Amino acid sequence: MAPAVETMPAPVSSARSSCLAVVPAYNEAGTIEGVVGALHSKTPQLDVVVIDDGSTDDTAARAQAAGARVLKLPFNLGIGGAVQAGFKYADDHDYDFMVQVDGDGQHDPGEISKLFAALDGPEQADMICGSRFATATGYIAPISRRTGIHVFAFLLSRLLHQPVTDPTSGFRLYNRRAISLFARDYPHDYPEVEAVLMLHHHRLTMREVPVQMYQRGGGVSSLNGSGKSFYYMVKVLLALFVGLGRRRAVPRPGEAAPVAADHGI
Amino acid sequence: METRLQLVAIVGAILLLLFVLELVRRRALMERYALLWLASSVVILALAVWKDALNGLARQLGILSAPNALFFVALGFVLLLLLHFSAALSRLSDQSKVLAQRQALLEQRLSEVERERARAAGEDPRGLEPLLRSDH
Repeated sequence: MAPAVETMPAPVSSARSSCLAVVPAYNEAGTIEGVVGALHSKTPQLDVVVIDDGSTDDTAARAQAAGARVLKLPFNLGIGGAVQAGFKYADDHDYDFMVQVDGDGQHDPGEISKLFAALDGPEQADMICGSRFATATGYIAPISRRTGIHVFAFLLSRLLHQPVTDPTSGFRLYNRRAISLFARDYPHDYPEVEAVLMLHHHRLTMREVPVQMYQRGGGVSSLNGSGKSFYYMVKVLLALFVGLGRRRAVPRPGEAAPVAADHGI
Repeated sequence: METRLQLVAIVGAILLLLFVLELVRRRALMERYALLWLASSVVILALAVWKDALNGLARQLGILSAPNALFFVALGFVLLLLLHFSAALSRLSDQSKVLAQRQALLEQRLSEVERERARAAGEDPRGLEPLLRSDH
């Protein structure tokens, strides 16, 4: 673990700190070039890696043509497995920071600077989360999702003893400690809410900053139909409550995160 | 328990036991998964043969007819086996996830290395020859 984490003020422009943008994409051929292009033009100091989560269209080829590095997963792992591949890439290549940006054009790369600006705040944070609800923004989520978001926001705020307004947001900035934790252990499907709790359990901290988000630029959300939303609610609630009773190592700040799944074949 | 039913239960349990052993012999079933199957067929066989034990068990559980106790025990084993498989499946899907991620990372690294090599070979004609040879 790099001891520099505590002292790193980490402006994006600093030549010493390296940052990786991870773009998970599943069948986003329509939007991926735009997202990669926007990342290159608005945040040229970021390395961009697109995680092609077993797409059946030419997402990977278009991302490559747009100048991104591409990790091609051999089959669809779901958002959790795809993003974790990004964490592993960042961990393998010793990036100081990783920012996660959706491949569907929902997140504006121009807002990444807001995430970095929050790193310089009074309290150090290991994860900065772009929130649609921290202040009034134009975003209106579908009603079936909105209920879930507020339920999770309520629960997490109680559990963490700090306000959490948008726990399902995938627009996030992580430092080295968060990267190494999530490279080892990251929830399977619908990971965002659980990741917040995991972070808390490992004595890492998170903070939210208000951001704008767009409606999806194209493709199909992994959460379509109220049946899936219901499954999502129940699955994440189960994960939250079971997670509370899980025995876990509590590392001191600065220590490497423990490995969760350590069993052989 | 009626003798005919007892006979069917004994024969069924023996066939199951032999089938499981045969699968292990043919390496179609790993020992670790066979153990639960062996345990369940042995227990069912024992209860089918040893009538008094089955009757005693039925009385203890408040089951009026002894054959139902046999079904009860068998159902318990079925549930246990299913849970065991769900756990095994979870572990397998976790492992295949790790493999898929590792494979994607390695593939990306390989293509990067190949690009580097091609670039080096393009700039330096002497480097081109070993590259071509190794590609055969």
